[in-house]
Amino acid sequence: MHKDNQPLIFEITKEGRVGYSLEDLDVPELDLSDLLPEGFIRKEAAELPEVSELDIMRHYTALSNRNHGIDSGFYPLGSCTMKYNPKINESVARYSGFANIHPLQDESTVQGAMELMYDLQEHLVEITGMDEVTLQPAAGAHGEWTALMMIRAFHEANGDFNRTKVLVPDSAHGTNPASATVAGFETVTVKSDENGLVDLEDLKKHVGDDTAALMLTNPNTLGLFEEHILEMAAIVHGAGGKLYYDGANLNAVMSKARPGDMGFDAVHLNLHKTFTGPHGGGGPGSGPVGVKADLAKFLPKPVLVKKDDTYTFDYDRPESIGRVKPYYGNFGINVRAYTYIRSMGPDGLKTVTENAVLNANYMMRRLEPYFDLPYNRHCKHEFVLSGRRQKKLGVRTLDMAKRLLDFGYHPPTIYFPLNVEEGMMIEPTETESKETLDAFCDALIQIAKEVEENPEIVQNAPHTTVINRLDETKAARQPVLRYTKE
Amino acid sequence: MKHRYIPMTETDRAEMLETIGVSSVDELFADIPEKVRFKGEYNIKQAKSESALTKELSRLAAKNADTNTYASFLGAGVYDHYKPIIVDHVISRSEFYTAYTPYQPEISQGELQAIFEFQTMICELTGMDLANSSMYDGGTALAEAGTLAAGHTRRKKILISETVHPESRDVVLSYATGQSIEVVTVPQKDGVTDIAKLEELIDDNTAAVLVQYPNFFGQIEDIQKIGDVAHHHGGLFVVSSNPLALGVLTPPGKLGADITVGDAQPFGIPEAFGGPHCGYFAVTKKLMRKVPGRLVGETTDDEGRRGYVLTLQAREQHIRRDKATSNICSNQALNALAASVAMTAFGKVGAQQIAYQNIAKTRYAKDAFEKAGFTVAFGGAHFNEIVVDCKKPVKEVNAALFEKGIIGGYDLGRTYPELANHALVAVTEQRTKEEIDALVQEMEALHA
Repeated sequence: MHKDNQPLIFEITKEGRVGYSLEDLDVPELDLSDLLPEGFIRKEAAELPEVSELDIMRHYTALSNRNHGIDSGFYPLGSCTMKYNPKINESVARYSGFANIHPLQDESTVQGAMELMYDLQEHLVEITGMDEVTLQPAAGAHGEWTALMMIRAFHEANGDFNRTKVLVPDSAHGTNPASATVAGFETVTVKSDENGLVDLEDLKKHVGDDTAALMLTNPNTLGLFEEHILEMAAIVHGAGGKLYYDGANLNAVMSKARPGDMGFDAVHLNLHKTFTGPHGGGGPGSGPVGVKADLAKFLPKPVLVKKDDTYTFDYDRPESIGRVKPYYGNFGINVRAYTYIRSMGPDGLKTVTENAVLNANYMMRRLEPYFDLPYNRHCKHEFVLSGRRQKKLGVRTLDMAKRLLDFGYHPPTIYFPLNVEEGMMIEPTETESKETLDAFCDALIQIAKEVEENPEIVQNAPHTTVINRLDETKAARQPVLRYTKE
Repeated sequence: MKHRYIPMTETDRAEMLETIGVSSVDELFADIPEKVRFKGEYNIKQAKSESALTKELSRLAAKNADTNTYASFLGAGVYDHYKPIIVDHVISRSEFYTAYTPYQPEISQGELQAIFEFQTMICELTGMDLANSSMYDGGTALAEAGTLAAGHTRRKKILISETVHPESRDVVLSYATGQSIEVVTVPQKDGVTDIAKLEELIDDNTAAVLVQYPNFFGQIEDIQKIGDVAHHHGGLFVVSSNPLALGVLTPPGKLGADITVGDAQPFGIPEAFGGPHCGYFAVTKKLMRKVPGRLVGETTDDEGRRGYVLTLQAREQHIRRDKATSNICSNQALNALAASVAMTAFGKVGAQQIAYQNIAKTRYAKDAFEKAGFTVAFGGAHFNEIVVDCKKPVKEVNAALFEKGIIGGYDLGRTYPELANHALVAVTEQRTKEEIDALVQEMEALHA
């Protein structure tokens, strides 16, 4: 084994060590064979580790030192809104009255939790400009699917079974077409025009009496505001379709434009993005869905309602699409998002958006001389550069991203959206200082110079990480997905 | 306004606007059409300071009855288990919780290796060949197992036992509706899946049979027989399993399961009013390329160092887009980490001991109830739940218990009308003999 390998927990295990503490059994001890029939008792123990508590802490501390989070350094991963994760959120979510309550307790014993959920819903209604909100979906993609199922139920309730198509712009997040497929729709791709916006003529061409919905991110993944949104809404609504808002990019427009006012009928939010979830290394997230009144009867059940001063879950929803998740959503994440919204207030949320957009435009203008900027206009919360110029010199965007690792940064989202060649999608967020933005721009400008003067240093990057580029082909061709004792 | 999360000063702002070449931030929003522009501020609650907000929210939290203060006998899919304190210390390391999906393996080896270890531990417990990096929860994992089976077998019908968690069955139905898959419920008999009925209902258009082990009533079913029926008709056998029970139970992988799913909440994850928990998804090798969500695989760099990457991504939604069979993107990574730490802390010996204590204490409770004259329904082997006939509305019983500091069992009449007045009582290793005795005595007293 290579001397630099980080041991797996299974490689430091030693028979006889324990990492837990358990009271002795205080009821009569029976032999397992008296408790269970023979065939139900496993013959071989699961090979879980045998380590001490300090072993565990050292192991995971070592792993954490091999991981980059927002608290480690700048993380301008486009469309992911990697903003600071406030520590108050973490404390509040751990209050015993929130962390240690069971979802099936009598409602009278969890009124505080229900009040928080209800008030969060009310806040999200105002923020999105929708009429009702459900907190049940577990993540953004889950929210997309939930809303599409409601749209499907809406059309079917109207006896309209021919609306089998969902329109999705070519710049859309990959989850959009996947969610449409999983909800039973066929996806039709709508082209972007030369300004990076949805091509209205192409949209008109595809819209018809088979259109269930148009899914749209606004601003789109290029960070550009779809300024023809009202025309688009008119086209889709005119044909009897619904308009769906992918809220992944809400950080760009909070307090500036609400999906409900733009004509959207349904919206999902990623509470782990705009509302400081946190991201958790890939989740858990939370993906509430907001809808206009005509879709409300299809909301997943139960629906949280307030009667006088009591909160209750309403299961009597005959036209509901049903449950999308056991219980009531990722409550722990919703507590964090609520804490964040209450920490910011109306004034704070407006400042968030203004600074997120200011930061993105500032970086875009600082970097513009050194990289291709395919769509040269004010951006919103993020912008997309192209590495075309560098590619001609034999250096790919992937190489530049890897070189950024040597400067201590998490690279931007790369090769996305698909309609930009060698794309680099940069989203700074409002929580970063000018000094940080400048230092990152300086690094990227230096890399652009290296591409011209010393491309090998970029092509062979990273040079300072705990590991070099890994052989992904080998990982896929000969999959090793678990540890096996040699 | 000045806010502790927003570092920009007036000087910074002026310099930045100059670089951009605009005179005000408003100009950056000029492309939003006047008609849709939101004027003013949201009509929401004004901001609170850190101290004022924590005070308000602690009071709100205190309105809830928590399972640290009350002795809880409520389970039904979410359990009050021993949570090693170290779990929270590990997941509070912000290198983990403030990162996102490990797209850049060179600076994400910590997360990737932790997931690889999680995948391994789930395989060990379930006896399956491979496991993914997590799903939202046990219910959606089961639903995705159903749709996977339908896609894999190109069949449009799934059978699900009535002894599967009712809320999970609801989720299975919602997912199936999206893909026009028929869902047929196999009734229960004596608290277990009615195999005779299963044989009547299954046909050669059945994609899968879905069961739960231990089942919703806490009963341990002879699932191998059910698997044989499923396989005989060319369908897949899907088992939803409490992974903690697998500390002592024969793993589904040894009983013919093609897919084993479940929720790792019993491993160090707080009840949190139902979420976030942590679904897991494990399969046999032949289904490797059909698994939803993310998989971490081992590989090496050019100097032979071992490392971990997201792999087999051709399955995933961001590559396949409209050809995808699942749309899952964000999952429950941090809770998978929590579960890994708990599985590590429990370890090989602890996982067996804790599972054993659940069974032993539940047996004690069963005997105590019977001694006190209660009928415990369904006589089969159980894990940590039993069905007790309260002889009175469960809501009434639970209200009385609550006054005594006890959270009573789940009211089965809510979802099984024929089991009105029956409570599903969960007894984990956390419950002491005194608490169990108090529960039985208080319930007995209600009939005095």
